[in-house]
Amino acid sequence: MTTIYSSATEMAQALSKKDISSVELTKLHLDRIEAVDGKVHAFLHVDSQGAIAQATAVDAKRAAGEKLSPLAGVPLALKDILAQKGVPTTAGSKILQGWRPPYDSTVVAKLKAAGVVILGKTNMDEFAMGSSTENSAYGTTQNPWDLTRTPGGSSGGSAAAVAAFQAPLAIGTDTGGSIRQPAALTGIVGVKPTYGGVSRYGVVAYSSSLDQVGPFARTVLDTALLHEAIAGHDERDSTSINAPVPQVVAAAKKLDVKGMKIGVIKELGGTGFQAGVSQRFNEALELLVAGGAQIVEVSCPNFEYALAAYYLIAPSEASSNLARFDSMRYGLRVGDDGSKGAEEVMSITREAGFGKEVKRRIILGTYALSSGYYDAYYGSAQKVRTLVKQDFEKAFAQVDVLVSPVTPTTAFKIGEKSNDPVAMYLSDIATIPVNMAGIGGMSLPVGLAPEDGLPVGMQIMAPVMQDDRFYRVGGALEAALLSKWGKPLLSNIPELGGM
Amino acid sequence: MTLDYAGATTKYEPTLGLEVHVELNTKSKMFCGCATEFGAEPNSQTCPVCLGLPGALPVVNAKAIESSILIGLALNCSIAPYSRFARKNYFYPDMPKNFQTSQFDEPICVNGYLDVEIQTDEGQKVFRVEIERVHMEEDTGKSLHVGGATGRIHGAEYSLLDYNRAGIPLVEIVTRIVPGTGKYAPQVARAYVTELRDILRSLGVSDVKMEQGSLRCDANVSLAPIGSGKLGTRSETKNVNSLRSVERAVSGEIERQANRLEAGERIIQETRHFLEESGQTRPGRSKEQAEDYRYFPEPDLVPVTPDAKWIEELRTRIPEKPSVRRKRLQTQWNCPDKEMESLVNAELLGVVEETIKLGAEPTRARTWWLGEISRLANEKEVAPTSLITSKDVAEIIALIVGGDLTDKLARQVVEGVISGEGSASSVIEKRGLKVVSDDSALMTAIEAAIAAQPDTAERIRGGNIPAAGALIGAVMKATGGAADAAKVRELLLKHLGQG
Repeated sequence: MTTIYSSATEMAQALSKKDISSVELTKLHLDRIEAVDGKVHAFLHVDSQGAIAQATAVDAKRAAGEKLSPLAGVPLALKDILAQKGVPTTAGSKILQGWRPPYDSTVVAKLKAAGVVILGKTNMDEFAMGSSTENSAYGTTQNPWDLTRTPGGSSGGSAAAVAAFQAPLAIGTDTGGSIRQPAALTGIVGVKPTYGGVSRYGVVAYSSSLDQVGPFARTVLDTALLHEAIAGHDERDSTSINAPVPQVVAAAKKLDVKGMKIGVIKELGGTGFQAGVSQRFNEALELLVAGGAQIVEVSCPNFEYALAAYYLIAPSEASSNLARFDSMRYGLRVGDDGSKGAEEVMSITREAGFGKEVKRRIILGTYALSSGYYDAYYGSAQKVRTLVKQDFEKAFAQVDVLVSPVTPTTAFKIGEKSNDPVAMYLSDIATIPVNMAGIGGMSLPVGLAPEDGLPVGMQIMAPVMQDDRFYRVGGALEAALLSKWGKPLLSNIPELGGM
Repeated sequence: MTLDYAGATTKYEPTLGLEVHVELNTKSKMFCGCATEFGAEPNSQTCPVCLGLPGALPVVNAKAIESSILIGLALNCSIAPYSRFARKNYFYPDMPKNFQTSQFDEPICVNGYLDVEIQTDEGQKVFRVEIERVHMEEDTGKSLHVGGATGRIHGAEYSLLDYNRAGIPLVEIVTRIVPGTGKYAPQVARAYVTELRDILRSLGVSDVKMEQGSLRCDANVSLAPIGSGKLGTRSETKNVNSLRSVERAVSGEIERQANRLEAGERIIQETRHFLEESGQTRPGRSKEQAEDYRYFPEPDLVPVTPDAKWIEELRTRIPEKPSVRRKRLQTQWNCPDKEMESLVNAELLGVVEETIKLGAEPTRARTWWLGEISRLANEKEVAPTSLITSKDVAEIIALIVGGDLTDKLARQVVEGVISGEGSASSVIEKRGLKVVSDDSALMTAIEAAIAAQPDTAERIRGGNIPAAGALIGAVMKATGGAADAAKVRELLLKHLGQG
């Protein structure tokens, strides 16, 4: 029987066999959201009416015998950073309060065309700046594994929604780890595709050269199906790659790593990594070896500069991307009492509308781009970026994929790092190099850390537009882990009540 | 004591620098598909991209790149095999993104020149104006300040914003400093802008209408004592909306600066606005504290890398330089300077050339277009070329030369064509406007005239030939102008024994 605990693939099969209708399936999830989101707070906006309408339309098409996409009728949670026509889109910021986009982002248009039912918009760190959702202007999302902990971020709402069975699929964005880190901290699968693999059109920009949209799901195959539904060239995004989408679904079904060379990045492990994280990571490596893969240690010496360079490039681009939020055309307007000029109203609105971390990064970026500092900061950071890319190129010359833990620790307590930005930034130390190089990476759950019983993720990385490689490794490892555990990792998640 | 212009240029050496902004006449905007029509309903030509809505992304208009390359080639520039857009960051309500996407340190065309010829005390002289760069950018929206006395932002009650112009492709053509013009600086400036305008028009890349703002000129002027070998502090004069204003703005600025220097004051580096009525400039925004635009490469766009073969193809499309063409045509037509100037100013060179190509005799072609047709066009306040085709004019001229039409009849034909009665031949047929060349019909009219004025006839018989005028006039009147006056004269004199 199909339940909210089924995989998206199982749901899709049940839908196609007409064992369940999309309206029924959608209602199951809306009920679940109703029951548990008071505790999790994964959603900022639940679009019940819109979701039921979409589901009804898919059911009608199916009844009429129309040919439907693989995921038609399956529900999904959408990060609140993607424009969806007529549906509130805030990017987790007060400054966009009340804005309803007059257009669909390309990803939303593709999801709609594929008949995927969009349940609502999920919580996130404001403008995707953060690693815990604590920077959201609309409250923190709780990790369904332990409600006193964060689900990670910035796409924490999407990850929590999938882990808490509020949606089998979700969309996130990843600028420095914002899909992979929350996927790791909530025990689900998350993928940051190759930069340019998925259109950014309609995604509220944080750092244009690093932002990438990607899928969340509870299994590798589900993730691949969603990946295929949203990927592909888009002429409205100049940076989107005009090449065929990697065969990720086929790769996820392969379940075989025999003869593959897997590189372990020396610099991303050991000191600074929680013992249980390293332990589960190493056990997963053993499973890969047992599956016939060869493990090689590789060195990426320039990764140690990646974090610092990231915190120059991303804020620099953000300082410019966020300039448009000036109250003139949309969103919040504060202080317009008729006595003030436009410039003053802009200033008051931005003061009131942006949160602390956003202001921090705008100031950081403005400074880094200033004349006299540009070369030392933005210029040097771009050089580091080139070096990181070269490190990856050299490593991929030796191996098929690279692996590392996704995060140094398991999910941290809400409030634990919110007053220490650098400690917070460090939680993305292993994921940032992937964005800097524009390649893709997957976060795969590989167990629970013995010391705290919280999920641990393995990051699997592949060269540009070779995303199928990490789906292949991920699929095979997932199968090996499942047979080792006898049940899915998420079956260990505490019951949230409600159902 | 104040210096007049002659005094100023006896003491000081002016140095020029000219920045010309050209609105390209592409059908769509620089980075989106919106229409570019002038004068449309405010904000009717906008979309998420040119309104800078969150998530929207730019895509470069290929036609704009083509136009920019054509301009570069016509100005003898090198075309960069790799150029990029940058973001110029500053806040202004009519700029939707609060940054302008513009080429900065990597422009599409560099290192060109334009030779301009002016009349000096020593005869015609050629000045070479070196072009530093030709780069692409987008226009901003327009602010309309309501409620103030002058339409300026100060004192206005509120402002209206029209984003139709936001994103219109602009090309900026920047000269190097032009030294050594001496007192001819104003004429060189005017000749340069004129020649540039003619080139742009011949390329068909812009409407080049200064009064509509599709060609805008900023004139940089600085002064240094003659022989000092130094460069003075420059001012930049904006709002120069006609060719005549270019000349007046430069001479006015030379005079103003010279008098400041004479008074021992220093020149402030600033933007000044040209005042059409007085020919003076008034200070605008001071540039003492140079604004920091925090330029950085536009991450949402990919570099512009035109194919070398394509550039060569475009090179073959560069038409003959307008000044060269003018000289060639003037020689071919044996046309006086004054008349040539009138043809150029009236923008009739092309149509006259066409008319002549269709077989019309050059002098008549010029006279008809500059005379009768221009007169009628002035009355109707339209362009002469919108009234009648070169084919009709050529046909009419052929009929005049062949004796089938008199000038008077021809004017009626022109009038008929203009009032929409059809082509020249059909007007002639409908109105029956052919010259009466039938001798017997003319003789009847002559005899009637003699019978009416027997005394005059008697005087002619007596040898008073000039008296024939009165009888000829009567005959012409009787035939409604349809007779050839020379023929009437010949027949009349013969009839009265004076032939």
